[in-house]
Amino acid sequence: MAERCAVVGIGQTKYDAKRIDVSMPGLLREAALRALEDAELGFGDIDAVVVGKAPDTFEGVMLPENFLADAVGATGKPLLRVHTAGSVGGSTANVAISLIQAGIHERVLAIAWEKQSESNAMWGLSLSPPFQVSVVAGAGGYFAPLIRTYIRRSGAPEDTGIRVALKDRQNALKNPYAHVRIEDVTFEKIAGSPMLWDPVRYLESCPSSDGACALVVTSEAAARSAPRRPAWVLGTSMRSEPNQFHRRDAVNPRAGQLAAKDLYQQAGIRDPRREIDCMEIYVPFSWFEPMWMENLGFAPLHEGWKMVYEGATALGGDTPVNMSGGVLSSNPIGASGMCRFAEAALQVRGEAGEHQVDGARLALGHAYGGGSQYFALALFGSERP
Amino acid sequence: MRDVAIVSFAQWNGIEPERNEVEILRPVVQEAVERSGLARQEIDFTCSGSSDFLQGAPFAFVLALDAVGAWPPIVESHVEQDGAWALYEAWVKIQTGEVDSALVYAFGKTSSGDMAEIQALQLDPYCVTPLWPDADSVAALQARLFLERSGCSDRELARVAARSRRDAMDNPFAVAKGDFALEKLLAEPCRVSPLRDHDCPTHTDGATALVIAAGERARGLCERPVWIRGIDHRIDPPALGVRDLTRSASTSLAGEKAGVRRDRLDFAELSAPYTHQELILREALGLPASVRINPSGGTLCAHTLMSCGLNRIGEAALRIARGEGDRAVAHASQGPCLQQNLVCVLEGE
Amino acid sequence: MGDADPVKAIVTPVRLEYQCSAGRAATRFLRGLAQRKILGARSRPGEPVYVPPRGADPRTAELTEEMVEVSDRGTVVTYSIVRVPSENIKLELPYVCINVLLDGAGIPFFHVLQNCPLEEVRIGMRVRAVWVPDAELAPAVTSIRYFEPLGEPDVPFEEIEEHT
Repeated sequence: MAERCAVVGIGQTKYDAKRIDVSMPGLLREAALRALEDAELGFGDIDAVVVGKAPDTFEGVMLPENFLADAVGATGKPLLRVHTAGSVGGSTANVAISLIQAGIHERVLAIAWEKQSESNAMWGLSLSPPFQVSVVAGAGGYFAPLIRTYIRRSGAPEDTGIRVALKDRQNALKNPYAHVRIEDVTFEKIAGSPMLWDPVRYLESCPSSDGACALVVTSEAAARSAPRRPAWVLGTSMRSEPNQFHRRDAVNPRAGQLAAKDLYQQAGIRDPRREIDCMEIYVPFSWFEPMWMENLGFAPLHEGWKMVYEGATALGGDTPVNMSGGVLSSNPIGASGMCRFAEAALQVRGEAGEHQVDGARLALGHAYGGGSQYFALALFGSERP
Repeated sequence: MRDVAIVSFAQWNGIEPERNEVEILRPVVQEAVERSGLARQEIDFTCSGSSDFLQGAPFAFVLALDAVGAWPPIVESHVEQDGAWALYEAWVKIQTGEVDSALVYAFGKTSSGDMAEIQALQLDPYCVTPLWPDADSVAALQARLFLERSGCSDRELARVAARSRRDAMDNPFAVAKGDFALEKLLAEPCRVSPLRDHDCPTHTDGATALVIAAGERARGLCERPVWIRGIDHRIDPPALGVRDLTRSASTSLAGEKAGVRRDRLDFAELSAPYTHQELILREALGLPASVRINPSGGTLCAHTLMSCGLNRIGEAALRIARGEGDRAVAHASQGPCLQQNLVCVLEGE
Repeated sequence: MGDADPVKAIVTPVRLEYQCSAGRAATRFLRGLAQRKILGARSRPGEPVYVPPRGADPRTAELTEEMVEVSDRGTVVTYSIVRVPSENIKLELPYVCINVLLDGAGIPFFHVLQNCPLEEVRIGMRVRAVWVPDAELAPAVTSIRYFEPLGEPDVPFEEIEEHT
């Protein structure tokens, strides 16, 4: 019943710690204009705009899409603002895709962004009401204990996280948009970086970045006039679960497993490891890569770390992960999820430049948020479904 | 397009400081689900609306999931907008064919913080917010322009207030209510000229939930499904000096797209926090004088930021379901001076 | 205007005051702390006890109104050693952030472990709450200052794995 949908325009800003060279409207327009240019369209061709970002406390503006409406060409049009915590970049894309699949619009602009240098992201993430214990230091403080549990359950070697970080940071050197690019990165450099929340080191963690990412999604009919090869949407899925309850597995959350299964069923995937060529997944702390490999069904339980050790997830491996450098290299929180979808779409269009996976025809985009409780996924293909 | 109907609606408004957002929301969600005839697990999609800044905490909506019982994992989304936009997202999801039913909810405690200051954060952060213009003052600017352009006076505004408060007496969820003589209202001093207290919204805390379902599913669930015949939303430019504040272009456009004037209307529920805004909206939608406005008392009598728009839709559906009308328009608004507007046409089976 | 440099940035201090309601469930919990009791809540006997209580069981949204006192002793189900400063947190670095499952509780919660050499912190260790002196007890989470090792044998990982 759903209409076919394709990504015909992709735009990203240069990600950086502080984009003081642009205002908020400027940041969004940088991504939006690039996406429109990529699709050879103008704002006037767009039927609706979907904006996504994480907590407004990151910029100190409430419902900022209101004041940004004209900057993103939304006046006189429908404008939605999605907020599903860290997965928002992904769910924003999914909402935009829904509008096409429902047959309501022909061309939708999806923009996800964060200019978190305007406020203080760690403060923004550590805010808790006065009657809760103040001990969790930011996202790292929340996830490090979960990583400790994964290591205990799986028996993974302690340097698994360093290996993932090395891979992602080397990949970032091939992505001109990436925020953190360490030319002389080595295993030792990462291993020697300060331990922040044991067992997570500084260079195994994501940065705090400003940035925006935009996608132009269209119907099949509108995709016919796209100047470049479209990235076809073969499926999207979302699942949520509460962040805490009796016997909750927060390391391998059921919501993530189900979101993946739903997606694979939509696209007719039976063996993800074999059939999916590459993926961009949300890895804010390097240990999440082996954890998500298991959660997404690419590796058996407790064996995700083996994929890392085998080099399977490297750019030249059989299942490359985060060819762009991932969240570890650029993390504008509200945009990061959409960056994953954008990079996956770039792969199947053959436009990922230096970090292109040869012959990539099926690429997975993945985003998660909250206490590993919100998941938004999409599968892109180079062939019309 | 698939036919989608509202099959249940529940709300709660008031001030009960000892209850937090989840405790306020939970019984409302439960009531809406129970009344829908569907079991919680049978509802395919969940979408909500709320604001972090209203709550004073990031990711405020995360804890709200406790009110819903998201286990096994559910297909769920959230917008940082009034619940009316969450309804829109759910309606779209049903149109894709992926789901057949959805739970929509919204909540907010306006009593937690200073509404005047919080809402000032919605303006341009570079040139306007640093002046900290409170919401009443910003609305008053619009009111002054409207009175001058339309030739209306504060008497017309007071009429809206008096009528709304009188009608609110029949609504257990309205907070400002009573029989007020026009002259008495007009004798009050201005709060921010030309607006008096009665022209401004009475803030309160609240939670709202409703369930929608497609086609045959809806028919099987309730006596009189209330069909969403049209739904659309649009946004106007943000800068207060750039647009004609006395007219709501986005409401007119959304109304046109939603098909407001395709047929006769029995009544309208318009989310106008200020009295002059009701007059602006009425004009924007081209509603004839015969159309009764806000039989519930409207947002003026119970301003629950983030859920008041959804309340207008729910109140309209409630009346149609009860046989108090067959066709109505419901409206939700967001942003300073009615910047963003959603219009929804409802019709009983 | 002349030679003035263009304005590149402005700083707008924002200060907002909020009154937060702990909510009925958390209120009972906090009042319990003032009496040196740790009160959790469950929907009915046989169901897990939520500490701190959240008002409803997140799985089912069933109200958890039956208050149950749990022990102030428990097991570390996982932990992290924090070495990075954070604006809202006043603890001296490095500190040990633990997820502790109190005896009788159905979920673990975050707190801090002290009086333990860093290299001895481990999953499965038994700990107990250290309270403030009676005169300082208040309906606040700060009534428990920290947790410290109890000196009992560790709990095998298999027994707590589901709670990690």
